[in-house]
Amino acid sequence: MSGKPRASTLPVILPAGERLARAALRERRAGTHSLRLRGSHGWALLGAFVLGCGIAQAQSQPEAPSIFDTLWKWTPLLARGFVFNLAISFIAMAIGTAVGLFLGFAQISLLPPVRKGAWFATHFFRNAPWLVLLFYCMFLLPFQVTVFGVRIPIPDWTKATLGLALPVMANVSEIARGAIQSIPTTQWEAAGSLAFNRRQTLWMIIFPQCIKRMLPPWMNLYAILTMATVLASIVGVNEMMTLTQRALSAENRPGLLLAFYSYVLLWFFVYCYPIARWTVRLEARYAVNQ
Amino acid sequence: MTLAREAAGSSALPGSPGDARKDTSEPIVALHDVHQAFGDLEVLKGVSFSVRMGGVVCIIGPSGSGKSTLLRCINGLVPIRSGTIRVANFDVHLLKTDEEKIALRKEVSMVFQQYNLFPHKTALENVMMAPIHVLKEDRNEVRERAVALLTKVGLAAKQNAYPGELSGGQQQRVAIARSLAMRPEVMLFDEVTAALDPETVKEVLNTIRELAREGMTCILVTHEMRFAREIADEVHFTDGGTIVESGPPAQLFDHPRKARTRAFLSQIL
Amino acid sequence: MQLVWDWFRWLNDATGINLTIFYDAFDRGRFASGFWMTVKLSVVCIAASVVIGVVGAWIQGSRFRVARTIVYWYIQAFRNTPPLVQLYFFYFGLGALIRGVGGPLVTNVTWAIVSLSFFAGAFNVEIFRAGVEAVPRTTIEAAESLGFSRLQAYLRVVLPLAFRISLPALNNNLVNLVKTTTLAYAIAVPEMLYVSSQIWSDELNVPVMMNVLLVCYFVIVGVLVYAMHRWERAIRVPGFGA
Repeated sequence: MSGKPRASTLPVILPAGERLARAALRERRAGTHSLRLRGSHGWALLGAFVLGCGIAQAQSQPEAPSIFDTLWKWTPLLARGFVFNLAISFIAMAIGTAVGLFLGFAQISLLPPVRKGAWFATHFFRNAPWLVLLFYCMFLLPFQVTVFGVRIPIPDWTKATLGLALPVMANVSEIARGAIQSIPTTQWEAAGSLAFNRRQTLWMIIFPQCIKRMLPPWMNLYAILTMATVLASIVGVNEMMTLTQRALSAENRPGLLLAFYSYVLLWFFVYCYPIARWTVRLEARYAVNQ
Repeated sequence: MTLAREAAGSSALPGSPGDARKDTSEPIVALHDVHQAFGDLEVLKGVSFSVRMGGVVCIIGPSGSGKSTLLRCINGLVPIRSGTIRVANFDVHLLKTDEEKIALRKEVSMVFQQYNLFPHKTALENVMMAPIHVLKEDRNEVRERAVALLTKVGLAAKQNAYPGELSGGQQQRVAIARSLAMRPEVMLFDEVTAALDPETVKEVLNTIRELAREGMTCILVTHEMRFAREIADEVHFTDGGTIVESGPPAQLFDHPRKARTRAFLSQIL
Repeated sequence: MQLVWDWFRWLNDATGINLTIFYDAFDRGRFASGFWMTVKLSVVCIAASVVIGVVGAWIQGSRFRVARTIVYWYIQAFRNTPPLVQLYFFYFGLGALIRGVGGPLVTNVTWAIVSLSFFAGAFNVEIFRAGVEAVPRTTIEAAESLGFSRLQAYLRVVLPLAFRISLPALNNNLVNLVKTTTLAYAIAVPEMLYVSSQIWSDELNVPVMMNVLLVCYFVIVGVLVYAMHRWERAIRVPGFGA
């Protein structure tokens, strides 16, 4: 919806409509939908897990080990896989954020080639599906690099991490650009009248204010990214999803699917829920301070 | 052609409601002991009054006294618990189906406080919509009438503007023109100036004043006491779901009989 | 046309950029079919998800708490879990179940469509619900006071407004859905990514194909985003909007 100035003194749509439009714009800028996790989701997931265990138990042979024993047996392996997912998410987020911030600032550069290049890079990587970028990195990055005569192997999971860092970078770039452009121009004018140059203004005045605005969508992006690390299973990384599938085929018992998948999802939930709640709190605090 | 006469003119067919009320002793709107509640919350606790044809009635009172609900009962938007409402030969309390209510709403038009107009249509389209789709009239005739009505309310230049591009007062005037396009017998106004800036209130009140002067039957719920005093034939003060006091404006405003009326007026005036 | 293909053959000979999808008829056919599969998945899933969204929004306004609760949990489940897990659930879980009880053979394409439709549908339910509720009650009352029947008021006032209010969010969903169709690779649906992987494993032209793929998605999504913006601008309600 365009920003044409309004002549109307009487609103024509309910504030709820405005909120929906604003939320759509926010999600478009952030590149991902907003994850709104609640405690009730956790309970529902637990319920699904219990149900799954019940189904598995009911369908299993009497002499087979109980479902809990089975899960317990696989848990250490799944835990290693989960930690792996988390590690991938940390590194991808770190790299993506660093480069993304750089791109975001480049998008507001005064030099047209820099600005256009950054815009193109951002939108090129935003438009690509995450899985395609993952493939891109998996296949096109070399399996080892030689730096100063030292051969550094690049294992699969590193390539996957870099592959996930690319969409993060693009989204962070857009988030940063949006945050910078949401700072009112009066801030720039005030800084200018105090004889700050552009670099000082950006670093000391604009960017600190942006951090607050960027935090909620950035944290939301992290939660989404964490859940997206399961994509790495498609390209052969031994993370939690791959291991779960291996466990399921090893067990070869019918009806274990719900139990195992809800177990995995529970782990993700326990990790993502605090992040999502914190995001909501930050959003509310930021809105008030506005 | 004035607004009201043009509005009422086409209903002069034999057997139509207009005919039956040439005898102005029969009121065009008559409420008797109307009770209404939302669930357990009683909103109207026995309201009775009547309006003769061409009369202008103002309803004043504190928020929550049921004024808006009262208006919505008159045009059938809200069903009542008990009592009778007769409007222009319709027993509103007995209307059940959509068709019956539509027939009523061709005689009674209502203008609301806000979110009145359809924001996705221009002012002209707003005025034209109902006569085309409800009255099934010819598009070109409707367009001519719509332009004339918009001219009458002073907004001919804004006919292609969207509601979001109009000021509050302009929006309300388009809303009045839109209601008039249906040629109603009775117009209901639900606090139409309450959400407006003071500058734009005047233009809306001028439009209503002219309507009243030309003989349109009007029932207004309003906070504009000066305006009510000027144009009303009768003023009803409601509080807590009942009409506490009624009378000609000069009497009610200058010499209120009840203590509650006095208290309310002293807060407002 | 043959001239064009031959140029690509020359390109391969001259520079080593091996675009078999142009000069080789078989690969051309394969890539085209992959492209159309992606398009087909996108279109069918969008349509189905809109239907699911409308039905879900309607149920959410119903009186029956059971129905409302079911829709609520459906939305929460599909919104907050990775779509890959949902896909596996449908294909391996429900698929095995149906096979187990001797039901009909449901292809992986069908499961992909079902899974993705429900994924996007969950978002649509919320969007449509919010859109309908954002239409002010007084506007609906004004329509009814003018003599519109309830159906007419819904068709001529509520739906057009709700649609205009919902469109930005709907468009976000649409673009996301097109990107998510790549997940169908995981269950061997021959969409563009899968077909490309087949081609590059046959022709060993991985970098070229990957770049082609990236460019394709860039173009498809770019065109969609552009069309989206134009559409939103065209039907915007003046005086409203972020």
